[in-house]
Amino acid sequence: MTIKGKAYIAGIYEHPTRHAPDKSTPQLHAEVAKGALEDAGLTKNDIDGYFCAGDAPGGLWPMVDYLGLNTGKLRHIDSTETGGCSYLIHLGHAAEAIAAGKCSVALITLAGKPRTGPMPPRASGAEADFEAAYGATTHNAYGMCAMRHMHDYGTTSEQLAWIKVAASHHAQYNPNAFLKDVVTVEDVLNSPMISDPLHRMDCCVVTDGGGALIVTTPEIAKSLKKPQVRLIGHGEAAKGPRGGKDLDLTYSAGVWSGPRAFEEAGVTPKDIKYASIYDSFTITVLMQLEDLGFCKKGEGGKFVADGNLISGVGKLPFNTDGGGLCNNHPVNRGGMTKIIEAIRQLRGEAHPKVQVPNCDLAIAHGTGGLLGVRHAASTCILERV
Amino acid sequence: MSETRKYPTPVTNPESAPFWEAAKQGKFMIKRCTACGEPHYFPRSVCPFCFSDKTVWEEGSGEATIYTFSLMRKSPTGPYAIAYVTLKEGPSLQTNIVDCDIDSLKIGQKVKVVFKPTGGAPLPFFTPA
Repeated sequence: MTIKGKAYIAGIYEHPTRHAPDKSTPQLHAEVAKGALEDAGLTKNDIDGYFCAGDAPGGLWPMVDYLGLNTGKLRHIDSTETGGCSYLIHLGHAAEAIAAGKCSVALITLAGKPRTGPMPPRASGAEADFEAAYGATTHNAYGMCAMRHMHDYGTTSEQLAWIKVAASHHAQYNPNAFLKDVVTVEDVLNSPMISDPLHRMDCCVVTDGGGALIVTTPEIAKSLKKPQVRLIGHGEAAKGPRGGKDLDLTYSAGVWSGPRAFEEAGVTPKDIKYASIYDSFTITVLMQLEDLGFCKKGEGGKFVADGNLISGVGKLPFNTDGGGLCNNHPVNRGGMTKIIEAIRQLRGEAHPKVQVPNCDLAIAHGTGGLLGVRHAASTCILERV
Repeated sequence: MSETRKYPTPVTNPESAPFWEAAKQGKFMIKRCTACGEPHYFPRSVCPFCFSDKTVWEEGSGEATIYTFSLMRKSPTGPYAIAYVTLKEGPSLQTNIVDCDIDSLKIGQKVKVVFKPTGGAPLPFFTPA
């Protein structure tokens, strides 16, 4: 069985807030759900599938109750938790459920407030006693990937900086972007070192907020007013040190999720008009572009340099909302906003300054967890009908 | 003035207890599978490669080389070097490189195990050899 073309993304909503001390996290979930339903032209009572991840306070059932979903109707629930890429996996799983007839209108929500207050600690596994003392954080776990990538392939800080530069060029047109100023390679290199070789401007923003999606059947999508966008390929994968054998931090689980999604979609990286690529750090983007096959392994530095990711300038317009590097990385989880901007591009609803002409095929890809430690990855190939 | 870094006491469990008992004697243990012959780290009862339950403890050399590292500049206890090192026996593991000038560290550099005290069993770290 394939999910190709079996599910349409009928509703999207990105919360405009980037700092929400005046709101609760469940409230943000409700607001994004409401926004996505209104975007789709559907109502809460239409929902018969619900997906959320670790950001949902108390997990799935408290959210179902709080949102007041119709529990007599709700027949498919999924709380897959894979960090920031959870929502890309949810989209794939929603398509599977819709293809199997297990639900017809699925809601996926993400929301939280890391900017307002401390986040709960990351869950630890069997490795805790053997790793917890060493102080792995997002910054240094990705720093270790960047350090080794530079060692093996000669990747430079200047090349990584171009990724931030491209994101900032896009963010200047997004009135909701957390950082709206265009920056230069020099700005990135002159920003303080956080965890070598990553500077402050190699890191994404920390923002409150959230987003939601409505995924539905082809029949329901065709009855609605929005341009039709469907999922035609999906892949997911996970990677870790696995006993320490043949450790290689220069690639991500995207080397597996990407080909799975492209094969299902029947397209290649060359066909992609727009790419939403998870950008927790600049190195995250560079490694994933290689892993997905947009360039060869080790050539990501050359690929991203000189504005190649800037819409209207380069060959592969990416993260035209400004991405996690400039616009929004709600709850330290960028997967939801990656899907949302890809849908905007396919609908022709991106800002005119960054809209890709005739954008009919896009990719949304992300990782979750710590790239240099243990992580998951998910790839979604999306098509305008 | 930064706070002094304190290391957490290993919780330990029946599967990992022999590692921590050996650590108290200054021994750095790894696990090896007698079915496929592969060593691994951190230690498991069931081999993560061939899934055999015929794994045995073995004292490691404690010798390794730096696979990669990052110097964490933002820390209330001062900068520290997180790293993966590759043991002479093969497996790579996450650690900190300690008791050195962290700004002079290089990928490929030789390091050796050094134990640091906690409230319970000592924890393995690595330092330039």
